Amino acid sequence: MSTPPALVDRLKEKAGLVSAVVNTVASMDEALAYVADVCANKEVCQILASGCDAPLSDTAEALCGTKQQKIICAPDLPEEEVAKLAALCQEGGIAVITKGMRQRLGGIDIAVTMAAAGIAETGTVVVRSTDEEVRLATMVAETHIALLPESAIVADSYDFEPTLVSWMEQPSYTAFITGPSRTADIERVLALGVHGPLEMHILILEGK
Amino acid sequence: MQDAANLSQYRKQLREALNNEFQREALDKFAVAYRTSRANAFAGIDAPELISEIAAAKDAAVDHLMELYEEFKRHAEAAGTKVHLAATAHEANEIIASIAKENGVKTIVKSKSMTAEETHLNDHLEGQGLDVTETDLGEWIIQLRHEGPTHMVMPAIHLSRYQVADLFTEVTHKQQDVDIQKLVKVARRELRPKFCQADMGISGANFAIAATGSIGIITNEGNARLTTTLPRVHVAIAGIDKLVPTLHDALRIIKCLPKNATGQNLTSYVTWITGAAPCATGPDGKKVHHIVFLDNGRLAMARDPLFKQALRCIRCGACANVCPIYRLVGGHKYGHVYIGAIGLVATYFFHGRDKARNLVQNCLNCGACKAVCAAGIDLPTMIKEVHARIQDEEGHPLYSSAAGMVLKNRTLFHTMLKSARLLQKPVAGGGYLRHLPMFLFKDHDFRALPAIADEAFRDRWEKIRPRVAKADIKVALFSGCVQDFVYPEQMEAAVAVIASKPGVAMEYPMGQSCCGLPLMMMGEKKAGQELAAHNMNAIDATGFDYIVTLCASCASYLKHGYKRLFADDPAMAYKAAQFSQRVMDFSSFVHDVLGMGEESFSGPAKDVTYHAPCHLCRGLGVTEAPRQLLRDAGLNYLPAAEEDVCCGFGGTFSVKFPELSKELLHKKIANLKATGATAMATDCPGCIMQIRGGFEHDGTAFEVRHVAEYLAARLKRG
Ligand code: SF4
Ligand code: SF4
Repeated sequence: MSTPPALVDRLKEKAGLVSAVVNTVASMDEALAYVADVCANKEVCQILASGCDAPLSDTAEALCGTKQQKIICAPDLPEEEVAKLAALCQEGGIAVITKGMRQRLGGIDIAVTMAAAGIAETGTVVVRSTDEEVRLATMVAETHIALLPESAIVADSYDFEPTLVSWMEQPSYTAFITGPSRTADIERVLALGVHGPLEMHILILEGK
Repeated sequence: MQDAANLSQYRKQLREALNNEFQREALDKFAVAYRTSRANAFAGIDAPELISEIAAAKDAAVDHLMELYEEFKRHAEAAGTKVHLAATAHEANEIIASIAKENGVKTIVKSKSMTAEETHLNDHLEGQGLDVTETDLGEWIIQLRHEGPTHMVMPAIHLSRYQVADLFTEVTHKQQDVDIQKLVKVARRELRPKFCQADMGISGANFAIAATGSIGIITNEGNARLTTTLPRVHVAIAGIDKLVPTLHDALRIIKCLPKNATGQNLTSYVTWITGAAPCATGPDGKKVHHIVFLDNGRLAMARDPLFKQALRCIRCGACANVCPIYRLVGGHKYGHVYIGAIGLVATYFFHGRDKARNLVQNCLNCGACKAVCAAGIDLPTMIKEVHARIQDEEGHPLYSSAAGMVLKNRTLFHTMLKSARLLQKPVAGGGYLRHLPMFLFKDHDFRALPAIADEAFRDRWEKIRPRVAKADIKVALFSGCVQDFVYPEQMEAAVAVIASKPGVAMEYPMGQSCCGLPLMMMGEKKAGQELAAHNMNAIDATGFDYIVTLCASCASYLKHGYKRLFADDPAMAYKAAQFSQRVMDFSSFVHDVLGMGEESFSGPAKDVTYHAPCHLCRGLGVTEAPRQLLRDAGLNYLPAAEEDVCCGFGGTFSVKFPELSKELLHKKIANLKATGATAMATDCPGCIMQIRGGFEHDGTAFEVRHVAEYLAARLKRG
């Protein structure tokens, strides 16, 4: 059964409202090309992890020095897709990794993960994050790109409830992610990327 | 954190808060923006229905907290989490400190938890030599400033970007620009090493799901995700009231919480954790995972038929967002740890009578909090109930029990009012008097007060009562003290309007007295019950179709308050229900029952604005009838900004906190003037007293009258 276009549109609309970038791609290959492209065009972070140009205390500045090259972490993509992505990135000198996030807490450029579901009502993606690498990659990356199979889009959170309950029956960690990390704690002015990603992209895998 | 020793010290602190211009402006802006963003967030959603579903589900959970706790514990422990129940705040702190000790913890990162604020957890841990860093940006800022939050959702709303830049300059030893985007990035980098180094993460929990032993945490910044992921130990602390039976209950609350909190559809992150999840640096590659549930009076509250409602609270902060007093004085003066209306109630239970005594008196009973509460809690009633309990426990102040004595004795009260009229003669100039004798307080010179009328309405009644041959509708008029003794002309106007319809027989039962609301406001519950019983005797409800009053406050109190007063007395409760069911405000009666419209009135066009009394628009849910009547009477109704925000009267509130009453009145007057009209209608003599007195003091010519007076002046004579 295919996903009603109205549902897809609603997800796009709601995610757009919270500053997420939503695109539809026809295939996994196209998705990987998109990821490589975003990373290649992401100039600033090659030199500076977000905030590293700010006047920082010595301890904070020390952590900025740990990042040398552009890094994409793809902790939960199938092996063959990781290989394809690595091939696409090789030329640009971008490293593609799948683990070791604890050594990269200063920051990475992109986390690319699968989304187990999309919730149209709120423009949310559900990321299964029991694997610590997934959790850390999606927090420490400046840009998070979630690959969302079109068929995994549901209307609202209640529709996703049975699946989540089944996950909760054993030790597990699940994230509902709606747009990039944000704060309005200073004078109620919106600022993106306070602790987590500054950018959030959703790639809807058409027909998947 | 409010901790004044007595009321006068508290008032002094309130005056200081009123002088905090940045905070005043920030909270004003927020109050106005919040209205719109909340309305937008709920567009297309049946908010009242959602709220009542939440209320019902929470009520059911609150009745079974211990069973839910056992169920949660069973599932969570099977998944590798250690579950604790702390009877007191101190016990919770000790449990957490000992977890830290057992695990050789030195540094701790925290994500936001109101429960940890409640127990003063940081102080306790720091006292044990542990290094604790708050990681929510707002919480970090106030931690660095050594102060408490001023809002449950936006803890640093009272601070400016300049203050934050100065603070960060101090912390980083580098000069910081006054640029919010840059300051946020500085926080990002400064806090990151703290996460990397921490041995233990402490979070709160918005939900604890019994069916699976899982917790749910909502945040925007994502700091809770790092807090619960990086350190090898994670401790979540939550009030035991955060237990819900199933995930569905949590999802339902999430549909409401962010929308009600800040008008956000959903927070950036909702994190669901079950058991000891993988953790590379933990023993066996797993997290050391603990959950500490805090009782601290909650289980006793859950057994209290009235206060168990307070445990429905989902900590959205909305009751502060809309509170006119919060908006004036901010969270440090409008709560101890918990802030806003729920703070006034929770402080008594969680932090004791000493901390609650002054706070709980600082409420207008305007009902704005109740109207917006995500869990449908009757906050104003609970605030008054706490006030009454404190007085019962500590003894009633002299003025308060004296008022109780006088008011419950109608003859004495009315005699006093009449003799006051004689005493005031020499000072009453032009109908305005500086001190209404009833009020033995000072600091009233922000508004002129009216004189007691020469002849009370009750003494005019026999002369003016219309004789009706055939009665189709029988109406008992309830005047309330102000219209009886100060503004009898408003009652007369109402009688003329109602009498213009044939077949309506009016009675004015002479035994009636004050409705009793002032006693409730003063925490004199017992005297209030006696007075209510007196009125229900004086007006035999079964002999009438309607009991009509022109006073919104009386109407709402007679309609809802009487039933509550007799909740534990079935016979009286039945009588109160019979009585309440017949009570109606004047505008609704004329518009909805008598069906009066354009054809009944004539008169020249005239601009008039309107003030919506709290007890009419929220207390009774009446919004359209008065406005439509004004239009039908040929008046050009010009809506004012914030028309339904309290004028600051609040009955006895205005004598206890004159400086706050004055500020609210100034705002009201500015909004009314801004419409360009020079006349205003409303449905409550208390609001008229306040607003007319304000204009008079201000020296502005502005006509302030009851809707009934406008209608009476425009009746078509047939
Ligand atoms: S009733 Fe009004 S003044 Fe009292 S707490 Fe609620 S909103 Fe504030
Ligand atoms: S009392 Fe109601 S409005 Fe106030 S914080 Fe709790 S749920 Fe929100």
